[in-house]
Amino acid sequence: MSDSEEAVTAEEQPSTVPAGIAAARAALADVPAEPGVPKLDPILNATGVRRAFGGLVAVDVAHLEVQRGAITALIGPNGAGKTTFFNLLTGFDRPNRGEWVFDGRRADRMRSYQVARAGMVRTFQLTKALTRMTVMDNMLIGAADQVGEGFWAGLVHPLWKRQEAANREKALVLLERFKLIDKRDDYAGELSGGQRKLLEMARALMLNPRMVMLDEPMAGVNPALKQSLLEHIKDLREEGMTVLFVEHDMDMVHEIADWVAVMAAGELITEGTPDQISADRRVIDAYLGAHHDAAER
Amino acid sequence: MDWHFVFSQALTQAIGPTMLVYALAAIGLNLQFGYTGLLNFGQAAFAAMGAYGLAIGVVVLDLPFWWGIGLGLASAVVLALLLGIPTLRLRADYLAIVTIAAAEIVRRTARATGLSEYTGGSDGMRGFSEPFFAMNPYPSEATWTFLFASMDGGRLKLDFLLFDLQYSNRDLWVMTVGWVLVAFFLVLLGLLVRSPWGRVLKGIREDEEAVRSLGKNVFAYKMQALVIGGLIGAVAGFLFALSRANVQPDTFITDFTFYLYVIIILGGAARLFGPVLGAALFWFLYSFLSQGLNQGIRSGAIPEDWLSATQVGPLVFFLVGLSMVLLLIYRPQGILGDRRELTLDVR
Amino acid sequence: MSAAFAGLLLGLGVNSSAGAQEALGVHGTLEDQQDQPVAGVTITVADASGTEIAAVESGADGAWAVELDAEGTYVVTLDESTLPDGLLVRNGRPQLEVEVSSNRAVLFPLDTQLAEGVEPQQPGDDATDAGGESDSPEEETSDADTEDGEQLGAIEDEGGSTRAISLLVSGLHFGLMIALAAVGLSMVFGTTGLTNFAHGDLITFGGVMALMFNVAFGLPVWVAAILAVALGGAFGWAQDFGLWAPLRRKGIGLISMMIISIGLALLIRFATLFFFGGQRERYNEYVGQKPWDLGWLVIAPKEVVTGIIALVVCVAVALALLFTRLGKATRAVADNPALAESTGIDVNQVIRLVWTIGGALAAMSGVFLSISDGVKFDMGQHLLLLVFAAVVLGGLGTAFGAFIGSMLIGVFVQMSTLVIAPELKYVGALAVLIIIMLTRPQGILGRRERIG
Ligand SMILES: Nc1ncnc2c1ncn2[C@@H]1O[C@H](COP(=O)(O)OP(=O)(O)O)[C@@H](O)[C@H]1O
Ligand SMILES: [Mg+2]
Repeated sequence: MSDSEEAVTAEEQPSTVPAGIAAARAALADVPAEPGVPKLDPILNATGVRRAFGGLVAVDVAHLEVQRGAITALIGPNGAGKTTFFNLLTGFDRPNRGEWVFDGRRADRMRSYQVARAGMVRTFQLTKALTRMTVMDNMLIGAADQVGEGFWAGLVHPLWKRQEAANREKALVLLERFKLIDKRDDYAGELSGGQRKLLEMARALMLNPRMVMLDEPMAGVNPALKQSLLEHIKDLREEGMTVLFVEHDMDMVHEIADWVAVMAAGELITEGTPDQISADRRVIDAYLGAHHDAAER
Repeated sequence: MDWHFVFSQALTQAIGPTMLVYALAAIGLNLQFGYTGLLNFGQAAFAAMGAYGLAIGVVVLDLPFWWGIGLGLASAVVLALLLGIPTLRLRADYLAIVTIAAAEIVRRTARATGLSEYTGGSDGMRGFSEPFFAMNPYPSEATWTFLFASMDGGRLKLDFLLFDLQYSNRDLWVMTVGWVLVAFFLVLLGLLVRSPWGRVLKGIREDEEAVRSLGKNVFAYKMQALVIGGLIGAVAGFLFALSRANVQPDTFITDFTFYLYVIIILGGAARLFGPVLGAALFWFLYSFLSQGLNQGIRSGAIPEDWLSATQVGPLVFFLVGLSMVLLLIYRPQGILGDRRELTLDVR
Repeated sequence: MSAAFAGLLLGLGVNSSAGAQEALGVHGTLEDQQDQPVAGVTITVADASGTEIAAVESGADGAWAVELDAEGTYVVTLDESTLPDGLLVRNGRPQLEVEVSSNRAVLFPLDTQLAEGVEPQQPGDDATDAGGESDSPEEETSDADTEDGEQLGAIEDEGGSTRAISLLVSGLHFGLMIALAAVGLSMVFGTTGLTNFAHGDLITFGGVMALMFNVAFGLPVWVAAILAVALGGAFGWAQDFGLWAPLRRKGIGLISMMIISIGLALLIRFATLFFFGGQRERYNEYVGQKPWDLGWLVIAPKEVVTGIIALVVCVAVALALLFTRLGKATRAVADNPALAESTGIDVNQVIRLVWTIGGALAAMSGVFLSISDGVKFDMGQHLLLLVFAAVVLGGLGTAFGAFIGSMLIGVFVQMSTLVIAPELKYVGALAVLIIIMLTRPQGILGRRERIG
C-alpha cells in the first residue's frame, strides 16, 4: 500500500524530479558495456535465471541489473528467450533455478499477481484486451487495492462508491492521454490492434507501477501511432518509472532507450548504450545467425 | 386434440416447482459459466450434495431439518474446494472434464449397493420432508372461489379461459419458497455482478492472464465463483428433494447439467434474468411438445406408425439437442443477450 | 478364506428376494436376458465333500431355494441339460462354491446363445440388486448387464492369482477398446483444440450400425463390422464437412464449439433411442461363445480376436503417424497449425482426415464392445468419461499418450475390482483422473502450455 502512495507522489510532481532522461543517461554514462555489469541503482537484480523446456534451454541469464528510472531495451532474435524471460520475472512461469530482487524484495517466489502488486506490471506480446468489456471497465479493473473487489464489500455499494469515482477520474485522465477517450464506452474488442496496445499500456498504468515491462509494444502498430507510443514511453521515464521493453527495430531503440541488453539463444550476450550496441559485432552475428537458422528450416 | 389441456400443462410447468429447481441451479451455473467462464459440467453433483446432504442428515444422522440444510450447504462447499483446488489453476477444459467426472462419481457412489445403508442405493431416500411441509401455510382443506381463482380441497385453480393453472397446496408451498429463493439470489447476484468484484469475474472470463497481470488473485476469485455457484446449486437440490419428497441418484445424471447449459444459452449467458427466462421457456417448450405429441397420438392426429408413445420422450430430447446446436450457431447470445458482444468473441 | 471362493455372482437373471433371509440356505431366481423367468431347471446342492444334499427345480417364477442345516461351504450346480434350448450359463460356469452363513442368493447369469426372436428387455431393469447379505468384496455385481454396458467376461470364483490374471487380460482388452476411441478424440483435440463431447456417440454409432446390418439385413457380424467401421469413418467425415469445418471458418470460439458438441451428443443419443429403443440388443453371432479354458485364464475367443485386431489397428495408426506423409502432416498440425499452414500443409484436409479416422476407430471400438456386451443407445456416453480420463492421463492432444493412458485406465478399471466393489470400478478410474490432475496436469506425455 505504501508502494502505491509513493508512486502517486512521484506522478504528481514530475517537475520536481530531475529530468528523467538526464538522470538516467547520467547514471548509465560510466557503466562499462559488458553482460551482467552492475548498475548504480538497480531496481531489478537477477542472478542465474534458467528455464528449459525439455532439452531446449530457453533462458539462461547469468546476471542482469536494470537501472532504476531508465528505459532499458531488451533485444534479440526471435526465439532468443525474451518473452520467456519476461514470463519468469513477472511470475507467469517458474524457472528451473535463479533468483531476483525487485525493489529490495525477493521476487522469484512470488505469484504473478503478487509481482504486479509489488509494482512490476507487464504487458503481453499478443495483446490481452478484455474484449467483451468496455474500454472503461478495462481501465477500472486495473486499479489497485479496490475495496469493492472483496466479496462482502462488493455487496455494499456505499463502501466502494467514492473509490470507484476516483478511479474513474484517473482512468479518464489516462484515456485522454492515450487518445482513447472517445472509445471509453466501446467494447475493447472493437478497438484496432494498435489501440489495444495503447489500452493495455494505459491499463497497466492504473496500478501505479514502478516498473513497466512491455513485450513488443510496437509490434503491429501503424507508424503514426508508433510515434505517440514512443512519446508515452518517454513520459513514463519522466514520471520516475522504470521501463524494460522488447523491441526489434534498432531505430526505435536508438530513439528512446538509455540502455540496451541483448539476448541470444537464452543468454545475455552483451549490454551497453544504444550506440555501443549498434557497433557490436556480436549483436549483428546473433541476428544473422538467427537468420541463417531460419533460412535452413 | 385437447389444446386447452396442452397449454395448461405447458404453462403450469413453466412456472412450477421443477422449473424453479432448474432456474436456481442455472442461476448458480450462470455465475460460474456466464460471468466467470468456468466450465462447470458438474452442477448436478452440487445439487446432489444439497439433496443428499439434507436427506442423509435428517434420515440417517437423525439431525433436525435445518441442520440437514446446513449439512447440504457444507457438502457443496467441500465439493467445490475439492474440485477447484486441483483444476482452477489449469486450462478451462480440465475443469470441464473433472467436474463431469466428479458428478458421475457422486451419482455412482450414491447408487452403490454397498452404501445403500446410508444413501438408499438406486432407490434413493425419503422421509426428510415432513418438517418442510409442516411449515406449509396453505391449508389442505380450503374450498372457495374468487373471480377466476378457486380453491378446491387445497388445490388451487386459476382459470384463464384459454388455459388454467392448477397446483396442489404442497406445490404452492414449494413454489412460494422457490420463487422467494430465486428473487433472493437474483438480487444478490445483481449486486455482485455490478460491483468491482463482478468486474474481476468478467475479466477472468475474458482473459485470466491479463487479470493476473493486473494484480488480482485469479484463483481466489474463481474459487469464490465456484463455491457460490455450487451453493446455489445445492439450494436447487434442496428444492428438488423437497418438491418430490424423495432423492434419487439418477436424477443427478450429467444430462441434468447439460439441460442447465441449454437453459442458460436460451436465456442469454451472463444476463441476470437469463436463467429464469431460459428455465421457463425450456419447461414450457418441453411440456408443450411432449403433451402436444402425446395428445396428437391419442387423438389419432399423429398416426401410430409415425410415432409411438414411447418415442415421444426421445423425440423431444432430440429436439433439445438440436436446438442447443442451432442456438449456439445462430443465436449464441440467447434471448436477452447482445449480439454485438458476441461477435467480438473471435478466439 | 471365503473371499477367495466367494463364488457369488450377482448377475443378470437373479433377483434375490429380500424377504425371508432369516433361514439358513441358498436360493435364487433364474431369468433369461429378457427378465423372463426360466422354469424347470434342476439345481443340486452338495456339501464340501461332494455329498449331494438336495436337488430342486426352479418354479414357474424362476425361483428356487434349498434350506440348509449348517453353515459351511457348499457346491451349487446348475444342470445345463435342463436349460431351455438356446440358453446357457455365462462363461460356462454352472458350478459355484458358496460359503453359507445365512440365506444366500446364488446367481447363475443366463446368456442367450442365439438372439433370434428374442423379446427386448426394458431399459432400466438392468441394474441388478446385489441382494444384500454378502459382504464379500470380491463379488461381482450385475456384471453381465450393468448400466454402463461394459462387461468383460464375468470373472468369478477364481483363486487369487488366476483371478488377477483374468482381470489383467480383460483390462488390456478393455484398454484397447478405449484406445480405439481415445486416439481419435485426442487427435481431434490436437489438431482443432476441440474437446468433443460427442465422441462417445461415434462409438454408439458403430455398434448400432453393425446391429442394423447384422440383425435387420442378416449379414454376418464380420461383414456388418466392416460396413459399420466404414460408415463410422463416413460419419466422422460428414460431421467435419457439414458442421465443424463451417464453424471453424465462421470463427466460433472453442468453448462454444465444445457446448455445440454436447448438443450434438444429445441429438445423436436420442435419435438412436428414437429409432432403436432403450433395450440392450445383441448381434446374432458369438453370443455366449464357449470360452477357452487355459487353466490360468478363461477367455472367450471373440475377446482374443477383437483384442488382436484392435492392437494391430493401433500399431498401424502409430506407424502411419510416424512414417507417412499425411501422418507427419497431422503431427505438424497438432504441433502448430499456423506454422504447418505456412509450410504448405492443407490444414483443413488434415483435420478432415483426422475426423474420418477418428470416426472409423470409434465405430470399431463400438462394434467390438457390442460383440462382447451388446448394443445400447447410451453405451458411448458412459464410455466417454473413461476415454477422457485416458486422454487426460496420456496428455491432451498426443496420440501416443492417449494409447498409453487407455491401457492404464482399462487395466486399472478391471484390476480395481480386486479390492473395490465392481459397481464402483468406474468411480475408482474417475477418481484417479482427478488425482492425476492434481499431480501432473500435463499428463504422462503432455507438455506445459506457453504464455504470452
Ligand atoms: N511453453 C513452451 N514450451 C516449449 N517451448 C517453449 C515454450 N515457450 C517458449 N518456448 C521456446 O523457447 C524459446 C524462446 O521463446 P521466446 O521466449 O518466446 O522467444 P522470444 O520472445 O525471444 O522471441 C523458443 O525456442 C520457444 O520455442
Ligand atoms: Mg517474444
